[in-house]
Amino acid sequence: MTPTRRRRLIVISLILVAVAAAAGLTVLALQQNMTYLYSPTEVEAGHAPEAARFRLGGVVLEGTIRRASDSLQVDFVVTDRFKQMPVEYTGILPDLFREGQSVVATGSLQGGRFVATEVLAKHDETYMPKEVADAIAKAKTAHVDKGAQQ
Amino acid sequence: MNALTLWFHKIGSPPTFYRIAGALAPWCYGIALLLGLVALYGGLVLAPRDYQQGDAYRIIFIHVPCAWMSLFAYFFMAANAFVALVWRIKLSEILAMASAPIGAAFTFITLVTGSLWGKPMWGTWWTWDARLTSELVLLFLYFGVMGLYAAIEDRRQAARAAGFLALIGIVNLPIVHFSVNWWNTLHQGSTVRLMGPSKIDSAMIWPLLTMALATHIWFFGSVLARTRIGLLELDAGKDWVRKIALDQQRA
Repeated sequence: MTPTRRRRLIVISLILVAVAAAAGLTVLALQQNMTYLYSPTEVEAGHAPEAARFRLGGVVLEGTIRRASDSLQVDFVVTDRFKQMPVEYTGILPDLFREGQSVVATGSLQGGRFVATEVLAKHDETYMPKEVADAIAKAKTAHVDKGAQQ
Repeated sequence: MNALTLWFHKIGSPPTFYRIAGALAPWCYGIALLLGLVALYGGLVLAPRDYQQGDAYRIIFIHVPCAWMSLFAYFFMAANAFVALVWRIKLSEILAMASAPIGAAFTFITLVTGSLWGKPMWGTWWTWDARLTSELVLLFLYFGVMGLYAAIEDRRQAARAAGFLALIGIVNLPIVHFSVNWWNTLHQGSTVRLMGPSKIDSAMIWPLLTMALATHIWFFGSVLARTRIGLLELDAGKDWVRKIALDQQRA
């Protein structure tokens, strides 16, 4: 390698290392204050902004969805399986909204209740046919039943 | 000079590369098209419905391969820009600049299909979560590279400046990839994993991987075709280009 090329290689590599370090530090710094959502536990602990709007993330607790008969209002409870947070929303829900589904609600706290202006459903990275999902669910319940009998 | 370096020099010479690329590109397009059709048939017809999303998940067969390509094309561009900056190889400059619009197109398709998928499933076209935002930054990086390359008159200087931007922007690639692990995002994690088992049924994964292969081959076909034009432009007036032009005129 000629000296010129060696020099260029070193300079460019150094610049790359510097940029990577800068980006790494930025990412690290953002990790602390770039929060897309808060869990009910975090909200209870007072980490979420009280007056401002924020996003609440969690699972729709089974058996808590109540729809009003005369309006589009829906009440449900979001949980992270530790703490719970009642949510109130008026509007159209996404297709994937159902019990046990992860949701992200945007809104603000109003007297202990979370009043949402938008509810998004989150899905996981698993894809499978319904038959497989059913089989897994069946195997799981069988396993649980067996465990209960013993 | 050993045989490998010699071969490298030979391939890297514009007339040779022009000829080889001209022979390879149609094959790439043909194979990619064929594989793409097979993958589409597999994904849209043969693959079973998803247990949660029903038929709507089928957009994955376009969205995910394009998303992979948006990262791969950027890496290819940046690697060539690196070679071009250090060794000043003309061909690498052209290769890097040829891949920018293709990568931008794949990124654009990723964003559009993601948006179309997000509306029915998540309930929104767009949200500023880390994965979506970093992918949008990737699109702007591509635009920046293309714009810078077009803004400077001297082609080789332009390639060097744009190549430098491309190289700096490579820090965004790990951010795009790991954003779903580093932050709480609406976007779900990776389905197909190199390490550990993938989270997708085997009846669904083969069309996905076939499409990924098709998009990669298409990318190379497109890069080769664009590079040929770039070489003609850069070497306009040189003997080998003049000969090609004269032959074309005669024919």
